[in-house]
Amino acid sequence: MTEQTIKPIYLDYSSTNPIDERVVSEMLKYMGPDSSFGNPASRSHSYGWTAEAAVETARKHVADLVGANPKEIIFTSGATESDNLAIKGVAHFNKKRGKHIVTCKTEHKAVLDSCRQLEREGYEVTYLDPMENGLLDLKVFEDALRDDTILASIMHVNNEIGVIQDIEAIGKICRERKIIFHVDAAQSPGKVEINLEELPVDLMSFSAHKIYGPKGIGALYVQRKPRVRLEAQMHGGGHERGMRSGTLATHQIVGMGEAFRIAKQEMASENERLLKLRNKLYDGVKDMEEVYINGDIDQRIAGNINISFNYVEGESLLMALNDLAISSGSACTSASLEPSYVLRALGRNDELAHSSIRFTMGRYTTEEEIDRTIEHVRKAVEKLRELSPLWDMYKDGIDLDSIEWAAH
Amino acid sequence: MAYGEKVLDHYENPRNVGSFDNAENIGTGMVGAPACGDVMKLQIKVGDDGVIEDAVFKTYGCGSAIASSSLLTEWVKGKTLEEAQAIKNTEIAEELALPPVKIHCSVLAEDAINAAVTDYRNKNN
Repeated sequence: MTEQTIKPIYLDYSSTNPIDERVVSEMLKYMGPDSSFGNPASRSHSYGWTAEAAVETARKHVADLVGANPKEIIFTSGATESDNLAIKGVAHFNKKRGKHIVTCKTEHKAVLDSCRQLEREGYEVTYLDPMENGLLDLKVFEDALRDDTILASIMHVNNEIGVIQDIEAIGKICRERKIIFHVDAAQSPGKVEINLEELPVDLMSFSAHKIYGPKGIGALYVQRKPRVRLEAQMHGGGHERGMRSGTLATHQIVGMGEAFRIAKQEMASENERLLKLRNKLYDGVKDMEEVYINGDIDQRIAGNINISFNYVEGESLLMALNDLAISSGSACTSASLEPSYVLRALGRNDELAHSSIRFTMGRYTTEEEIDRTIEHVRKAVEKLRELSPLWDMYKDGIDLDSIEWAAH
Repeated sequence: MAYGEKVLDHYENPRNVGSFDNAENIGTGMVGAPACGDVMKLQIKVGDDGVIEDAVFKTYGCGSAIASSSLLTEWVKGKTLEEAQAIKNTEIAEELALPPVKIHCSVLAEDAINAAVTDYRNKNN
């Protein structure tokens, strides 16, 4: 290739992360012909024993970061599978107790679509609206619970706007009502302190690739005391205490374990650094007119900022910012023409929902990259506003809501 | 999403961006809706002979919407109102090699020129 390719600045850490080099080197120990490549379920030779030991060490690392007992960690293929297993597994196991589930409209699609599937099976699901800042109103949550509610599923950190739900308070309400509480925590380990020993949470989903581990591996925390029971969704050899059959992917699990181990050591300093970078980015653009932060600014992980640049359409902004790897909404929705359903649930109007950009910073983001990002963003927004008839109307003091638009 | 070369060219160097002050010889078409993520404003300046002398646009929307309106301003210049109205969205889509999900951008451009011509005619009847 003759043309010089400059890699865009990666600001999409909530979408996925590169694997930390330290994690890669651990994983390699369990892959090649000279490695400890055995099946952890093999009991008759040392290949199997070594692999099993590695899996158990990894399980402990995962458990340690989140204050769980290693026996409470079930490995899965990722947070999507964990969400499916938790929600469908609990619903199926408890169908005689009740058929009502409570969740929130800003949940990840893995939760929402699992709930939709249960609706098709005859369950009833309540999808709660969050407050304008993206957080759940505890009163609204409590009011939605019924005598036949068996499960509540609320995410810890939102993937688009980075807000942190008060899972402790939500969990307490569930405990009082004996409702099983599942938390999708794909985005939170290493970013928010989690202590499951004390948190009133029954099930929690984790992902490895959001925390510098490999893709294709995740875990579900299933509380032991009191014991939470669920129906397996994947049947076979009875691995993972019968909850998830399938040969354990040793190298993937080792990678997840190492990633969680590193996160425990480094999360405090990493979050401090990321907060500085995020504040720098926001300070660099906030003096522009009609710039809005989506989601609560304080109850939020350090590495996320989601901004709407009013009167500029998101996709064209992404196109102008092709030196940046960023997303409008989440990666799962950016292939469609719909504005972010998360921002719509926050009550954002159409223009603001269409003009949002998510910047997520991580371990390899540098200050210099943030400086360049600010420069790019300011230039692109100015250029597109020059092109925008809506910006002209705003400048002329015309209320866009007063116009009868012909929806197409 | 990967964009075609012509879309990128019009997006990066949009032709005829701007506005005309409202006058007898100006026709304005504004189509689309913020809710759908695109709004196109097209203005034509019509000479005494009924030929479009000049055209400008402003567009809120994706790169394909911006490119469709930019291309349209180039095409309508020098055309009579009838000729301008005869421009089909399929021609715009073909010229810009728009993918299926972006065909609506060319439809919007066709709507915009029709709305601008109608506005001009309403003013001058």
